[in-house]
Amino acid sequence: MSTTAEAITVDSSKEVIVLEGATVRLAGDSGDGMQLAGTQLTGTSAQVGNDIATFPDFPAEIRAPRGTLAGVSGFQVHFSSHEIFTPGDQLNALVAMNPAALKTNLSDLENGGILIVNEDSFDKKDLKLAGYEISPLDNHSLEGYQLFRVPMTKMTRDSVEGLGLSLKEADRCRNFFAMGLLYWLYGRTPDVTLRFIESKFGGKPDIAEATRRALKAGWNYGETTDAFASSYRVDPAKLPPGKYRNMMGNQALAWGLIAAAKLSGKEIFYGSYPITPASDILHELAKFKNFGVRTFQAEDEIAAVCSAIGASFGGALAVTTSSGPGIALKGEAMGLAVILEVPLIIINVQRGGPSTGLPTKTEQSDLLQVMFGRNGECPMPIIAARSPGDCFDVAQEAWRISTRFMTPVMILSDGYIANGAEPWRIPDASKLPKIPITHPGPRENGEPFLPYERDERLARPWALPGTPGLMHRVGGLEKEDITGNVSYDPENHQHMTNVRAQKVENIAKDIPPQAVDGPASGDVLVLSWGGTYGACTTAVNRCRKEGLSVAHAHLRYLNPFPANLGDILKSYTKVLVPELNMGQLRLLVRAKYLVDAIGLNKVKGKPFAVVEIVQKIKQLLA
Amino acid sequence: MTTQLPVLTASDFASDQDVRWCPGCGDYSILAQMKKMLPQLGVSREKIVFISGIGCSSRFPYYMNTYGIHSIHGRAPAFATGLKSVRSDLQVWVITGDGDGLSIGGNHLMHAIRRNLDINIVLFNNRIYGLTKGQYSPTSPIGKVTKSTPMGVIDNPLHPLSIAIGCEASFVARTIDVNIKHMEHVLRRAAEHKGTAFVEVYQNCNVFNDGAWDYATSRETKADTIVELEHGKPLIFGKNRDKGIRLNGMQPEVVELGKGITEDDLLFHDEKAPEPSLAYLLSRMRYEDDFPEPIGVFRAVEASIYDVELNKQITVAREKRGDGDLNKLFNAGETWTVA
Repeated sequence: MSTTAEAITVDSSKEVIVLEGATVRLAGDSGDGMQLAGTQLTGTSAQVGNDIATFPDFPAEIRAPRGTLAGVSGFQVHFSSHEIFTPGDQLNALVAMNPAALKTNLSDLENGGILIVNEDSFDKKDLKLAGYEISPLDNHSLEGYQLFRVPMTKMTRDSVEGLGLSLKEADRCRNFFAMGLLYWLYGRTPDVTLRFIESKFGGKPDIAEATRRALKAGWNYGETTDAFASSYRVDPAKLPPGKYRNMMGNQALAWGLIAAAKLSGKEIFYGSYPITPASDILHELAKFKNFGVRTFQAEDEIAAVCSAIGASFGGALAVTTSSGPGIALKGEAMGLAVILEVPLIIINVQRGGPSTGLPTKTEQSDLLQVMFGRNGECPMPIIAARSPGDCFDVAQEAWRISTRFMTPVMILSDGYIANGAEPWRIPDASKLPKIPITHPGPRENGEPFLPYERDERLARPWALPGTPGLMHRVGGLEKEDITGNVSYDPENHQHMTNVRAQKVENIAKDIPPQAVDGPASGDVLVLSWGGTYGACTTAVNRCRKEGLSVAHAHLRYLNPFPANLGDILKSYTKVLVPELNMGQLRLLVRAKYLVDAIGLNKVKGKPFAVVEIVQKIKQLLA
Repeated sequence: MTTQLPVLTASDFASDQDVRWCPGCGDYSILAQMKKMLPQLGVSREKIVFISGIGCSSRFPYYMNTYGIHSIHGRAPAFATGLKSVRSDLQVWVITGDGDGLSIGGNHLMHAIRRNLDINIVLFNNRIYGLTKGQYSPTSPIGKVTKSTPMGVIDNPLHPLSIAIGCEASFVARTIDVNIKHMEHVLRRAAEHKGTAFVEVYQNCNVFNDGAWDYATSRETKADTIVELEHGKPLIFGKNRDKGIRLNGMQPEVVELGKGITEDDLLFHDEKAPEPSLAYLLSRMRYEDDFPEPIGVFRAVEASIYDVELNKQITVAREKRGDGDLNKLFNAGETWTVA
């Protein structure tokens, strides 16, 4: 083995089998760098031109005890030569860095699938930590898989010898060995990862060299060992032409907000308190001070939303972000934003609940919370993102609605979308639709300014402090229509309650009608929202290919619903609502449209497998 | 070219709303002094924003002909933080009370002060919950009998200025609702301070806690129970100005002038002392411990200001990287083309 990392040639001398796609999962200890390895495999596959979908799955603990089942962190990548919508139900290949990773992930590997294990970690201690009496490598229990026992620890250490690294530092390069092996197996060039190494470790030449060598050692191992008789190739997908990049959900929300600010001539104020899985939006936005983005890490969730409302009063594009527990804390202030009638974006990146629940796992169980979780009659528009890339569009749409109607708008995302990635076609910024905003100008004539006078949509003017003649006071007490003065008049309260509700209802006239994929009427309509889009789309497509009469409507607008939704629901014999909750959208559509919708519900911290939805559809048609 | 600002008077700052505090409430006096003081600043009305929480004091913004937010309980400092962060051109006032600011909103008060935004916080301290009709507050003294403490308060009270100083406040002052000249002066000093100015006002709730500050306001006692702080001057008080505060190690003590004790032996007030210990010590001088309670400016120092630093970072980022360009952002890093 050479002592320096040279260029890796992708051409393998072995047989190459062409696949339509592959689902690969890297699993190891939470300190093994599996998230990094998965991210690199994602970027590398995207660069090849594959369509991709990813599912990172990690524990809530930063470093759970080493080698234990609780500490296993995984990253699943689905890459394909055709269009895909999910990270895949079953694994074609699994890399297990230790016995615990094998134990917790093996059940997801298909029969006959590729199983690569770090043989060096299957020692007495790690086996015991994982609860194995005897090593599964020795007892024939893995015979149903293509098992590759790779001495990763030893080979990684050998590859970095002479660089003066400690054993601990050497072992931290094992994920690069695993990456190198996977790159060989699926015929990918390591260019993206080499560039990453340069930018990440450029200042630490030893570490940079070590990771390059480990990467190359992994690739060489695949090429030279007799164990792997062939490698695979997944050709580029036929995506719509254009320039692409890899995009994660939280990143797309941040970029969407930045775009919304530019398109409306505003600067962002982002009040937030760190919470999983939303914090990455704060990290991303904090990088862009040159866009005038002011990020404020508040003392708590309440201060985060209140500071944003203050900034909105001052004329900023104000945003606050959290997950369910933080949204609960923001409830009172969200009510204030509703009665003040100021623009504000609130983002809830949902996770498993109740209470602290499952912080790092995905769920859709905050729909009713954001719909109703405030005191009084307190309607707030809600829109939901369906995929990582869609977050970019949803952020702009939220700001458009918020400013056109002078109302806070709730965006729902979830942990699956937030950390997932997909190829994103880069738009031309100059062609993104502008978001026009007007503020009333100075008034010199001494006539009183009427802060609650309304336009045809029922929106009130957004008058900014600093404007002469428009001095006015807003507050949480019920206000008299038009003047905005405090009013306890019973008729006025009824009237203002009606007006606030009607204003939100008016949004239905301002959004596109609900689209349906599939027949306009038939046996089954699958009605979905949020992060289940990919699984539902794939399931419905699969059923239709089998000749079943199934249509799919995926909701972006959850409050108000699109104006034509009632008619759509009544055009099908059965309506199936798959949700990662116990039936929250179902409750809303049953209440509103008196439709006997049927639920498919689970809360296991994981997205739907396509097959689960397919089975349910078939059951309904049986 | 200079533009002459129109000369405003107190009445220009009065809104068209009827003031609805109880007759005789100390809040009237604070409102009057605020309206009298603001025209002296040369800041136009549209540049001023009053933000309050919930409570009697928090109705204040409705009565000012400026911009205003009557927000939610305890959170006014957070609203002010967001507003000032994006609009450093505005003069922002937070109006709060002992319950609003120190109980439900203690966290926000603490963090606004330590960030040292260029805002002014006026805390009306009446040592009672007024709007909810008479429960004890975090500043009510031990033993105080109220509706919620029929056998007397058993929790130790907070002292607003000690809290503020503990949070590294750059400006701390105290005044009294009936001491109108003094209040006008203190409010003006607060307005002129760069950074968070924290002012405690002893305010009488004549309905639920009448006379709570009698010792500090009555003609008979006030000369002995109050000591007025002046920068660079010794702490002298008493009807005949014959008493003073002397430091005995780290302990203040009341001494009588004469009998070998001269003014030079007394504690000289230094509001600009970088070390807050002296200001803290003054904040702990209490009537119940037989000390006169200081009023005036305890502390006024220069410190880095959050909104100034925030805007500096924006400017520096723009200078270094140029004004944000969406196409540049979208196309940076790893991309690929599908033909």
